[in-house]
Amino acid sequence: MADRGALPDVQRRSAAWWQDKVAQGLVLIGGVSAIVLILAIFIFVAQEGLGFLLKDLDLVEFFTSPAWRPTSDEPEYGILALMAGTASVTGLAMLIAVPFSLGAAIYIGEFATGRTREVLKVLVELLAAIPSVVWGFIGLSIMNPLIIDVFDVPVGLSVLNAGVILGLMAAPIMTTIAEDALKAVPDGYREAAEALGATRWQVIFKVVLPSAKNGLVAAILLGVGRGFGETMAVLMATGHSVNIPTSPFDSVRAMTATIAAELGETAQGSPHYQVLFSIGIMLFLVTFVINMAADVFVRGGFKLKGKRK
Amino acid sequence: MSSSFSTTDLNVRNQRNERLFKLLFGLITATLILPVVIIIGTLIVKSEGTLTWAFFTEDPTNGMTEGGIFPALVGTLWLVAVALIASVPLGVAAAIYLSEYAKDNWLTRLINLAIINLAGVPSIVHALFGVGAFVLFFNFGTSILAASLTMAVMTLPVVIVSTRESLQAVPQSFREACWSMGATRWQTIWRIVLPNSISGILTGVILEVSRTVGETAPIMFTGAAFFLPFLPSSVFDQTMAMSLHLYVISTQVPHVPEGLPYGVALTLILIVMVLNSVSIAFRTYLRGKKKW
Amino acid sequence: MVTANPTTERVEKLAIEDLTIRYGDTVALDSASFKVFENEIFGIIGPANSGKTSFLRALNRMNEMTTGMTVDGVVRFDGTDVRDWRDVYALRSRIGVVFPLPVGLPLSIYDNVALSPRLRGIKSRAELDTIVEQCLTRAALFDEVKDRLDSLGSLLSGGQQQRLTIARALSQDPELLLLDEFSIAVDPVTTMRIEDVLKDLKQELTIVLVSNLVRQARRLADRTAFFLGGELVEVGETEALFTGEVKDSRTTDYLEGRFG
Repeated sequence: MADRGALPDVQRRSAAWWQDKVAQGLVLIGGVSAIVLILAIFIFVAQEGLGFLLKDLDLVEFFTSPAWRPTSDEPEYGILALMAGTASVTGLAMLIAVPFSLGAAIYIGEFATGRTREVLKVLVELLAAIPSVVWGFIGLSIMNPLIIDVFDVPVGLSVLNAGVILGLMAAPIMTTIAEDALKAVPDGYREAAEALGATRWQVIFKVVLPSAKNGLVAAILLGVGRGFGETMAVLMATGHSVNIPTSPFDSVRAMTATIAAELGETAQGSPHYQVLFSIGIMLFLVTFVINMAADVFVRGGFKLKGKRK
Repeated sequence: MSSSFSTTDLNVRNQRNERLFKLLFGLITATLILPVVIIIGTLIVKSEGTLTWAFFTEDPTNGMTEGGIFPALVGTLWLVAVALIASVPLGVAAAIYLSEYAKDNWLTRLINLAIINLAGVPSIVHALFGVGAFVLFFNFGTSILAASLTMAVMTLPVVIVSTRESLQAVPQSFREACWSMGATRWQTIWRIVLPNSISGILTGVILEVSRTVGETAPIMFTGAAFFLPFLPSSVFDQTMAMSLHLYVISTQVPHVPEGLPYGVALTLILIVMVLNSVSIAFRTYLRGKKKW
Repeated sequence: MVTANPTTERVEKLAIEDLTIRYGDTVALDSASFKVFENEIFGIIGPANSGKTSFLRALNRMNEMTTGMTVDGVVRFDGTDVRDWRDVYALRSRIGVVFPLPVGLPLSIYDNVALSPRLRGIKSRAELDTIVEQCLTRAALFDEVKDRLDSLGSLLSGGQQQRLTIARALSQDPELLLLDEFSIAVDPVTTMRIEDVLKDLKQELTIVLVSNLVRQARRLADRTAFFLGGELVEVGETEALFTGEVKDSRTTDYLEGRFG
């Protein structure tokens, strides 16, 4: 019989027990840091911008005036044109990216097999990795002369240019997420439909796409979020002129790009500086809502509270 | 007779349709990829003769219209290295917590939501945060430290998500076997889980490097300079960076010869592509080399 | 007043009192009470979902590592409620566990067996060598692997991995050995070898053997409990149960293969 006394062992905690507790505490810091950081981002951006936004700024003018003249003697801070710029570019980008990314996801997920599929997935992944400043440069140096030549317009830096660039940028990420959503549809569904004599077309459109609906919506939402928040490419490819666009060939200016272009030239604490942070608060809040919405769709809506597959 | 005939007819039509659909979707996929092939081709053609040894080892001269990109290359290395030092330990810790310790409670859900949103914050908002927090509040000034920390915050979700995936790829039965022997969670993590996921974690870190190399907006106001004729000597110095250099010479500097920005763009794309390819190859290699 | 007779006196190793295990609202085991004595092989039989595995998890408090499983009632180990152990890891290190599917850890064969001693703080190579050889020998595996102790334990065949798991459990120097349907993934020859090992081990420790094979329980167990759908139907001397001395007719029905 073991001569270990029962009682002392029962009460003693070994070094390993303490080591585990310390390790748990340390990695918990890492976990909590995500919460702290997202709060800190909001607080720091809000702190620089919120006071001005609430006190000195005419909110009605802010949202409804197309005049953005922060550096004139009588500065005007209307972001309507900037919002229109962001919306038009993101909208066009989604018009391009949604059909192409969903189509590519269907091809990769439902038609391609074996090696083709692997190669395509790798290519899509590589596409997603191209830095946004390089995309901006492509808009500036390749798309710009191309648009001028093809459409015979004076300026090639426009909604069209940035929309196409942004569409190409967002499509790979959307493809990956959409393909994941298709992959999550159980093979049993497809087999059951095929056993009933459904054609491939019917299987995809009547069975697979409806089942993957939530994931596909999430993919589109995340694409919108990406386009909405994109900075460098939009800065370089839109032409950067304050303008409510009436045609795809108009130059516009986006909210993100405005911050990027002007923050360096403002004095810290000046009204202009604070307005730029106020735009930052808006960007933060809108992307926050988009991401939360996408998360709700990924988890299958509020019905499945906290539960995941 | 007639019924069997019509069935065959239907089959033929279905098969033809199916081939048509496959072709259609194949074309859509090709349309997505083709422009990029053309773009990279154009970059290569237009930057011909630019990518010489001197291009990588010389300073920019004559108002950045001549010379090389050496200080930008070195600066990017600094930025990436400092960002990694900050984000990898924090991200790996967070992933270990979520994968190995976290219970299914409100805190865990909150952390997951925070990660999702952290990944979705626009890069320019990260830049504003960097200015407000690191440059001003912590008084690091515009420096490598401030810029790298800003990028570390931005890429933290990448590290967390990829590390968590690698940790969760280690079968639960290994953990249960260790726990049942009286190993603590930490002993199990240290002796079994980490050694068997370290390569996956590295793959994620490579992806993070690739992401950091290309980022521009977060460093514009936090530590990257348009032009500096000397190399940084500490993390409190400003520095040039590849990504910002591309922006500057293609939009801010007049009379830049065409080949120069193309050369920088191609270099950036090559770095990113090589890093991603290494990461993908590494992943494929690991998938083929099972230890259980 | 009773004079203890060391040869016949049975020392209580485990005392289970009103043990109830739930997963959410589902009851996996309903207020079971019984005892396990030192140096016996205690068999637990019953069809799938009878609460056998849940019972084993309650013994070493594995329920604390995963969410969803709640335990009520008392499990006494050497007279102490297992929940009174402030260091659950010390408790677990005294209890060896063998799982239905063999788990060779992705370490070398040597490191698999040396893991537990190392966790206890044994560093001397010579001492580890001795423990590894001893445990592998007792698990009837040493001769097959002695030339490749450096190769991965997770790549051994199923039967070898299961004996490696047993060697690993023995390396804990446990007082109690829990085996959960160990023969599921093991060939009959290896099963018989392991059974012989268990009979020897009984001299030194207490074994709780959950088995899906009624005849295996009969071959090995001194006493046997019959679990059915979360209910402890009956506990008794194994031979008595098999020879029809039962209180509940369901026991005989199960033992004779009328269901399950």
